[in-house]
Amino acid sequence: MLLKRRALLKIKETLIEGLLFSFSLLSVFTTLGIILVLFFETFEFFKEVPVLKFLTDTQWTPLFINKHFGILPLLSGTFLTTLIAILVAIPVGLVGAVYLSEYASLKVRNVVKPLLEILAAVPTVVYGYFALLFLTPLLKKVIPSLSGFNALSSGIVMGIMIIPLISSLSEDAMRAVPMGLREGAYAVGSNRLQVSLRIVLPAALSGIIAAFILAISRAVGETMIVAIAAGQQPKLTLNPLVPVETITAYIVQISLGDTPYGTLEYRTIFACGMSLFILTFILNIVSFKLKMRFQEVYE
Amino acid sequence: MNRFLKLSVFGIIAVFLSCLLLAGRVFAASKLVKVDGSSTVFPITEAVAEEFQKANSGIKVMVGISGTGGGFKRFGRGETDISDASRPIKSKEVDLCRENNIEYIELPVAYDGLSVIVNPKNTWVDYLTVGELKKMWEPAGQAVVTKWSEIRDGFPDKEIRLFGPGTDSGTFDYFTEAICGASGASRGDYTASEDDNVLVEGIASDTNALGYFGLAYYEQNKDKLKVVPIDDGNDANGKGPIAPSLESVMDSTYQPLARPIFIYVSVKAAQKSEVKKFVEFYLKNAAGLVKEVGYIPLPDEVYKAGLERFQKGITGSVFGVKGAKAGMSITELLRMEK
Amino acid sequence: MNRKLLNKRLDEGFNILGIASIAFGLIVLLVLIIDVFSDGAARLSWSFFNNFPSRKPELAGILSAWVGTVWIMAITALIALPLGIGAGIYLEEYARKNHLTNFIEINIANLAGVPSVIYGLLGLGLFVRYFNLDRSILAGGLTLALLILPVIILSTREALRAVPFSIREASYASGATKWQTVRHQVLPAAFGSIMTGVILAMSRAVGETAPLITIGALTYIAFLPQGLFDPFTVLPIQIFNWVSRPQKGFFANAAAGIIILLGLTLIMNAAAIFLRHHYQKKIRW
Repeated sequence: MLLKRRALLKIKETLIEGLLFSFSLLSVFTTLGIILVLFFETFEFFKEVPVLKFLTDTQWTPLFINKHFGILPLLSGTFLTTLIAILVAIPVGLVGAVYLSEYASLKVRNVVKPLLEILAAVPTVVYGYFALLFLTPLLKKVIPSLSGFNALSSGIVMGIMIIPLISSLSEDAMRAVPMGLREGAYAVGSNRLQVSLRIVLPAALSGIIAAFILAISRAVGETMIVAIAAGQQPKLTLNPLVPVETITAYIVQISLGDTPYGTLEYRTIFACGMSLFILTFILNIVSFKLKMRFQEVYE
Repeated sequence: MNRFLKLSVFGIIAVFLSCLLLAGRVFAASKLVKVDGSSTVFPITEAVAEEFQKANSGIKVMVGISGTGGGFKRFGRGETDISDASRPIKSKEVDLCRENNIEYIELPVAYDGLSVIVNPKNTWVDYLTVGELKKMWEPAGQAVVTKWSEIRDGFPDKEIRLFGPGTDSGTFDYFTEAICGASGASRGDYTASEDDNVLVEGIASDTNALGYFGLAYYEQNKDKLKVVPIDDGNDANGKGPIAPSLESVMDSTYQPLARPIFIYVSVKAAQKSEVKKFVEFYLKNAAGLVKEVGYIPLPDEVYKAGLERFQKGITGSVFGVKGAKAGMSITELLRMEK
Repeated sequence: MNRKLLNKRLDEGFNILGIASIAFGLIVLLVLIIDVFSDGAARLSWSFFNNFPSRKPELAGILSAWVGTVWIMAITALIALPLGIGAGIYLEEYARKNHLTNFIEINIANLAGVPSVIYGLLGLGLFVRYFNLDRSILAGGLTLALLILPVIILSTREALRAVPFSIREASYASGATKWQTVRHQVLPAAFGSIMTGVILAMSRAVGETAPLITIGALTYIAFLPQGLFDPFTVLPIQIFNWVSRPQKGFFANAAAGIIILLGLTLIMNAAAIFLRHHYQKKIRW
């Protein structure tokens, strides 16, 4: 009797374990799904458009009579907005992180850190609104030739959005450096700045660079801010004052219309999606590897 | 976690979910009219849908803006009941309908004076000729014609920033046919959007901008935009450059960009009472609402004739396939309809 | 002496720089909130909540948008919570350290960093087209569920990891099976942290726009969805639509919608943090 009960229990246990295992397999299927969907449509796309043209043509006009399928204009839009974003986020984020980690008291840190996290929690459509309707008119007063849609506003706002990403992750990396190292430096008379720059930063470097790369990946994948404020004109340019279009904004632009299944138009968004996926995948892997490889073991 | 907390959480979730389902019941209507298509026609259909739903709380209307071409693709596959269109149906689209056994009733609902717009701070454009517009927009200009000074001597040496509808748009088809000679013949390096509001915003915030879209969008944003009179070089229908307005469209002097805009109703869908009611409401109330949103209403007889056509179920297109060309005067087109 | 003074000055200078950086971030946040409030607070009213979108800005409201948001959140949660927490439990409590497990972990870490618009493309290709769900709430919910799944899994794992092993050992010692241990000892102990992670993930899903646009959520819906297969719109998409309309009246509407969306997000975040603190205090190891 008791044995039978135990046997039933064992079966139940195995079933539950199996169920939970299948749940975790779902993540594998998700990745598989993404790769398959992107790959299939991109494959069909490249049947009609040669890969070399896609990578080298300097115009992106896939829907018009003069068809050009060069991804470079969209890439340059993504690149320009990302560049501006990290030019804002890295100095502010890194300096802020050093301050919070090495200078600020625990009380200050416990108040400021959650507040900065709010910057990351704000929905991106709100940032888009802010960029288009507040920042652009403001910047126009200083730069009259600024277009209504431009890379500068959206880049700056994107940068603001990713400040907490850089500051939190860098700060975590810095706090992982054992106090002992710092104490040794303080003992010989260094001040906080010297300790930060010469001891802590080098020791935490891998984590900090991983944070930078993660932030870049986030900026590359950002959609709404640029869809609202950066423009919808694919242009191969480094001018931050004119309308451009990013890879992500193009996907949204086409999705807002009708995307009839099986047409070249439908496939362009998947080709763009594939490029985006590969880009962010590489960035994420590099960030991950960096973190693992250079993590110094102290104990 | 104690029992009470668990129960109360369960309770809250249960109440919540049932509220959701109830809300669905309360606002219940399995009656849905599906409209999609032109963003030019959208303001009219939106206004009609809003007034209609106020008067008929049991019927819901859904209006998309996939563009005239996008709308027809869905209409031809039977996914929508009504298609908004800012140009007549094309033969390819007629074929798609035929393939899927979709019969349609073509109903003009308003006139549009397709407008060419610049920024109010643009001091150099007093008018434009059809030839100048062509130079700006034709495919040969892609990446080649980039400055205002290349359009006319005396224009500043500044970059032209172009804004216009995308390739799914009937406005795009109509403009390119009227100005560049063939439907779809346009350069591709401009800010293209099916959403005319994006175009308004873009032009309103850029001194060097130029774009084109339906008159209603200009009328609703007059304070931010400047409309450009067009000279079609044909003195027979009005000498010199003419700006779009109620009068110049009605008396056919605003050429070649005056055009009728339409809705196309699926015969199968029209058998549903909610669709029938909606279309009849549309035609009976169009005159006032069309004017409100900024377009030019058709003469009353035309709306009546349209209603008759709908009620009789007369299918097929006179404006499209039978060869109504861009630039034909409104009366000529009307005569064809009869 | 001079060198020492220089260093001191630099140190103090950096102190100020650090404060300035932090202040920059906080000031921008403040400016954002003030700007949105000044634009939109006047528009908040009962009618705003209760009206459908309209061509007239004064009449337009967010009824279809916030009901749509509630529907989507419900479906997303129903799908993502059991799957995510279950997967997290498996990976943390059951899985052996082998290549497959390693592979799954790397997978999840990667998925957490994939841009949300790519999930939209997945939803479009898979749920909308292949499974023929069209632009429905179900397709939207499934897409968002996949989006927040990695986040839920990661935070569940962290929560479970924080429970000391001694708890498990004591349970096994009294003869309980693995599942009984997890179900009656580990999960209740980790409950607070798991909930924190879940709420944070949901607050992110509330604000997601791009994936839902990509699968085709429309922008003019003047009715309420009644079932899983109905079309829908959500709060961020409605805001997006209003931001794109140039008439001044719609700015106020967009701002008012943002106040509500921001308020919702901040409340959820605050609830999550409160939960975390509350449960941390309760647990006495």
